[in-house]
Amino acid sequence: MKDTSKYRGRAATNSVWMALSVAATVLGLGMLCLILGSLLWNGLTSLSPRVFTEMTPPPGSAGGLLNAIMGSLMMTVLGVLVGAPLGIMAGTWLAEYSAGSRLASVVRFINDILLSAPSIVIGLFIYTVAVEPVGRFSGIAGGLALGVIVIPVVLRTTEDMLRLVPTALREASYALGMTRSLVIRKVIYSAARSGIVTGILLAVARISGETAPLLFTALNNQFFSWDMTRPMSNLPYVIFQFASSPYKDSQSLAWAGAIIITMTVLVLSITARSLSSSRTS
Amino acid sequence: MPAANALPEKISVKDLKFFYGANLALKGVNLPLYDRKVTAFIGPSGCGKSTLLRVLNRMYDLYPKQRAEGEVLMDGENILDPRQDLNLLRARIGMVFQKPTPFPMSIYENIAFGIRLYENLPKSEMDGRVEQALRGAALWDEVKDKLAASGLSLSGGQQQRLCIARSVAVKPEVILFDEPCSALDPISTAKVEELIDELKAHYTIAIVTHNMQQAARVSDYTAFMYLGDLVEFDETDKIFTAPKQKATQDYITGRFG
Amino acid sequence: MVDLAMQATHAETPAADSRLKALSRFKLSDAVFGALARLSAMTVLLILSGVILSLIIGSLPTLRAYGFSFLTSQSWNPPLEKFGAAPSIYGTLVTSAIAMLIAVPVGIGVAIFLTELCPPALRRPVGIAIELLAGIPSIIYGMWGFFVLNPFLQSVLGSGLSLFTAGLVLAIMVLPFISSITRDVFDTVPPMLKESAYGLGCTRWEVIKNVIIPFTRVGIIGGVMLALGRALGETMAVTFVVGNANRISANLLDPGTTISATIANQFGEAEPGLYTSSLMTLGLLLFLVTFVVLSCARLMLMRLERRAGA
Repeated sequence: MKDTSKYRGRAATNSVWMALSVAATVLGLGMLCLILGSLLWNGLTSLSPRVFTEMTPPPGSAGGLLNAIMGSLMMTVLGVLVGAPLGIMAGTWLAEYSAGSRLASVVRFINDILLSAPSIVIGLFIYTVAVEPVGRFSGIAGGLALGVIVIPVVLRTTEDMLRLVPTALREASYALGMTRSLVIRKVIYSAARSGIVTGILLAVARISGETAPLLFTALNNQFFSWDMTRPMSNLPYVIFQFASSPYKDSQSLAWAGAIIITMTVLVLSITARSLSSSRTS
Repeated sequence: MPAANALPEKISVKDLKFFYGANLALKGVNLPLYDRKVTAFIGPSGCGKSTLLRVLNRMYDLYPKQRAEGEVLMDGENILDPRQDLNLLRARIGMVFQKPTPFPMSIYENIAFGIRLYENLPKSEMDGRVEQALRGAALWDEVKDKLAASGLSLSGGQQQRLCIARSVAVKPEVILFDEPCSALDPISTAKVEELIDELKAHYTIAIVTHNMQQAARVSDYTAFMYLGDLVEFDETDKIFTAPKQKATQDYITGRFG
Repeated sequence: MVDLAMQATHAETPAADSRLKALSRFKLSDAVFGALARLSAMTVLLILSGVILSLIIGSLPTLRAYGFSFLTSQSWNPPLEKFGAAPSIYGTLVTSAIAMLIAVPVGIGVAIFLTELCPPALRRPVGIAIELLAGIPSIIYGMWGFFVLNPFLQSVLGSGLSLFTAGLVLAIMVLPFISSITRDVFDTVPPMLKESAYGLGCTRWEVIKNVIIPFTRVGIIGGVMLALGRALGETMAVTFVVGNANRISANLLDPGTTISATIANQFGEAEPGLYTSSLMTLGLLLFLVTFVVLSCARLMLMRLERRAGA
């Protein structure tokens, strides 16, 4: 006969711990729902067509976020144009060329560090190389800072995705007498295309909310300008500035900006996710 | 050991040793591949038959720590020579894999792509070459109305014939088959086997198979390998009716493997 | 037979010639592409060395002026050019510690729920929700902390902007990280191992405690360190709620500052010279600390991956 009294104790311990785990989940998800909820509430009530058609106002008056949205878009595009090709090529080198070399593991390791390094430090770095020597803040510097953040994200996904391409496909291409760069460009890239796009989308999601690296690279601009050699307005900076302002109008614009950013990020991540899952299934 | 006759050797393997790191996988193999004949490599798993095949187009070069010693002469030229250009070599020696490996592009492009690597053809001529290759692989009638469809949309057997067409299209001299039917149903298998039979009029063929009947059906010569050694090489008829080695007989009668 | 073979060889020759020509074209593009790929990979190293170098060069004036006393000095007085990092360091450590104390148990609890308890139908949606939340930009967490949590804590604890609030916001922010990494790590436990423990009659908790957690300990620690790296370097979530007071107080409900918050708030308006340099030195400090923490995290996760791969 088994001693059931001992078992009952064990079962009770089990129940306690499992209850704690459920509680943790409820607490964690609850908090996160709370955040999303208040964001939705405050954000949706602050959204209006003016947000997308008018420039940022001086403190305390009504206006929109048009110049900030455009500035963010332009710097994001620059960031992706700089970061994505570098990330893709570097990921290609790791997956297809380096074949377990020591240098490759160093690059991979450093990249993983950069992936989670504090973004404010990236801002200081770009300030030193692209703002200080020129003598002024600029949209270009902001775009470069974002580009530096894009590289590790794209590199990582590109390498992972290229490694998912079946060896057989790679061998079949070489067996036709294709050179390495042709195999990569014509066959492997097209087999991994959706994965690479996923990486770029994730990188865009990542930089579209980045604030710290823009504080001392792009700074801000009250007006809209195509000129990327001058300070450039951007959503995160405006949110930061307006949220800490005492005026209701400014605060509500900050909420509007926050919900625009969050929705962008969520849409990008969901698209990226469905792209990559349609691939694996 | 090889049958002494006057057939021309397209490829001569001489004292070939192969290493995976420190592991010796081929222990000094000597073997001819006769011009425009089908040679089958048989033997239990891990005997080195696939390794041998992958030496013939230097596929192992893709991987660090794998290396071959000895000589493999094709038309008198040592393909193991480090100066050997691998892309040219592989354009001369086609390969078909265990599982179909269509490229992620259209059926037409799957074929045209390989041709375009080494030849600049006007569109009309290219169309002709694609058709010719697909006909050669007995696939034309099935796909002629959907050449723009993705190669991945074909059935497994069709995909494999597409891969054969792709290999044939670049006009190789030798075609290597690495268990080409292991992922196919019996009807597709029969089609591929028929195809191999037709291909040998123009190409020298080596095929790795674990299917004894298949070896007997498609090959003219058979090499039986075991634990990295070539145990016996002879005309297929002789191997299957009167093997000289006990091990060969045990294997083909299914006593081990 | 021999004749036939000879003819065939001759017939191939022109084709072989055109192949050679085509090949020489490929060789060039091949070399260019390979070199570009290699160069791009090297930019990763270049960026890291660029970051370190620019921070070191930027820090030199401070290090010359104060040496190690910069780390221990509490004063931060731009007009008098007196700068010390102690309050920022203190605040960084305290807020990260609070965040970890809250987020690690809760995060692991969520992971346990997801891998062992969750009904299969819920598993995917909850997992996806958590991963999506991990992607929400930190400025959103900061704003929420400022507009929602701050007034709430003000009315409950009598103090809204404080080290404690910053720690709490950080905890909520890193929670999804810890959960999703821990869940991934739990998934590496071979089912056979779990099943053999269940087969002995173990309860869920006993399987978790005796099999899953010991098996994945390295990975969990790696995930926690990764989250710690994030928390230490996080800027926006903290800047909004920490109070930005340059002082060291044992009372966690007092306002304080962190390294990243000090930089974010002051760098834009800092005078060139010692002021800017001091902020650069703070940046260097932050980078070195997070570098060490993140390196440990990666090494641990790599160890786990190797084992899972083997």
